[in-house]
Amino acid sequence: MSETLLKVRGLQAWYGRIQALYGLDFDVPESGVTTLLGANGAGKTTTLRALCGMIHAAGDVTLGGAPVIGKATEDIVRLGVAHVPEGRGTFTAMTVEENLQLGAMTRRDARAIAEDIERTYAYFPRLAERRGQQAGTLSGGEQQMLAISRAMMLRPRLMLLDEPSFGLAPLIVEELFGILGRLKDEEGLSMLLVEQNAALALEIADEAYLIETGRLVMSGPAREIGSDENVRRAYLGY
Amino acid sequence: MDLFLHQILAGLATGGIYACMALAIVMIYQAIHHLNFAQGEMAMFSTFVAWQLIEWGVPYWGAFFLTIALSFVAGVVIERAVFKPLDRAPVLAHIVAFIALFAIFNSLAGFIWDFTIKSFPTPFGQQSLLGSGLIGAHDAGMIGVTLVLLVLLFLFFRHTRIGLAMRAAATNPESARLVGVRVSWMIALGWGMAAAIGAVAGMLIAPVVFLEPNMMLAILIYGFAGAVVGGLTSPGGAVIGGFAVGVVENLAGTYIPVVGPELKLAIALALIVTVLMFKPTGLFGARIVTRV
Repeated sequence: MSETLLKVRGLQAWYGRIQALYGLDFDVPESGVTTLLGANGAGKTTTLRALCGMIHAAGDVTLGGAPVIGKATEDIVRLGVAHVPEGRGTFTAMTVEENLQLGAMTRRDARAIAEDIERTYAYFPRLAERRGQQAGTLSGGEQQMLAISRAMMLRPRLMLLDEPSFGLAPLIVEELFGILGRLKDEEGLSMLLVEQNAALALEIADEAYLIETGRLVMSGPAREIGSDENVRRAYLGY
Repeated sequence: MDLFLHQILAGLATGGIYACMALAIVMIYQAIHHLNFAQGEMAMFSTFVAWQLIEWGVPYWGAFFLTIALSFVAGVVIERAVFKPLDRAPVLAHIVAFIALFAIFNSLAGFIWDFTIKSFPTPFGQQSLLGSGLIGAHDAGMIGVTLVLLVLLFLFFRHTRIGLAMRAAATNPESARLVGVRVSWMIALGWGMAAAIGAVAGMLIAPVVFLEPNMMLAILIYGFAGAVVGGLTSPGGAVIGGFAVGVVENLAGTYIPVVGPELKLAIALALIVTVLMFKPTGLFGARIVTRV
């Protein structure tokens, strides 16, 4: 694997006075996919929120050499980090197209933005059909597609994905991960993926890290983690 | 019939002012979820500034636009200095700050310009429009300026990037931050715009109610009524609510003998109570469901 894009060393995070992360170390390679696995409450979502400056965090985190921790969320976005949050964070009262425009809020190049909107429609043709529709009226799968498209509009260096499969029908999930795979291959998109569905995540990921109650318990190439006896029994269910 | 039409048009004219105040209230309510009851005093103070500029010899429209600009800046400064530090403070802290603003602007205006009633010029003239007798030129001017203002605001929020960012910040601040919107500055911008809209309302209504430190008190209550009727979460609803309150107020004052000019204000309050009883979200407001 090539250069390291995101380098996380000793990441700690707190909700108020309660510590949730106890010093995580992991990397996301350039144009690679890293997945964080773990049970409910292990600290996966917390990790993403800490990386985005949404909760109090400490540690040594760099994106392409630039420090991340301590910056405001708006400025971390300007470093090129696009977060697709849990629950999708859709602007429900606005149209699909307005949601995409918002995704490009930090960019100034009107023509390139218009081109990128068409490009995301090419990946998600269902959104093109609904471009003038209020985002709140979309189905769950379409809203997840919109959230990913909105994140793509930033032209991100790193995309954080929080449970993209959550609450979606298996067929939709398959379609969605197919497109994520294409974004990785065709656009060279780097992703940090958090998933309950470990089998799905290990299929697309290069590197995998296992978290339990805010601590790292195992890490390695996704293929090795996937064939580990204990991981299989605990997270893959066979 | 003529009387009826006349009352409707006069109602629309003052209704436009209520619509502006309602809009200013809704803009701040959407950003910080509190009713700014110093809005009227801020507008009154702006109007005094305009009066002072005109006294100093600035032509009417120059003073008009200069006041709008000054009010905008003042609104931003008030948000930065007073309300940004209160960001996470409990409701009561906000209410105390509103009361303080109210008292400060009211007394400051009285201190600088004293409490005697002053007349405020109208750029439209007091004669009747086209000699029809149906509507005065100033009333027509009020309706015209209000409509232009509303159309400009609509275009701003629909078709500009900052307008889009402000809507995003108001409806979903967390997601707005995640796409890089500087939410805190959008709130300050909202305060600035609300102060500017209030200034327009104050300058337009001053020739009718005359200029003095308490001139906006009743106007603000009508504005509240308009905002509540339309729903506090809907700018468009607030505008329609404002116009509706203006018309209802005028018709009730004319046709219901008990009401007369003295009890008109009670109509606004009755309207607020009625709407809250039967449709708490207002006619156009969205129901907000909070997940816990």
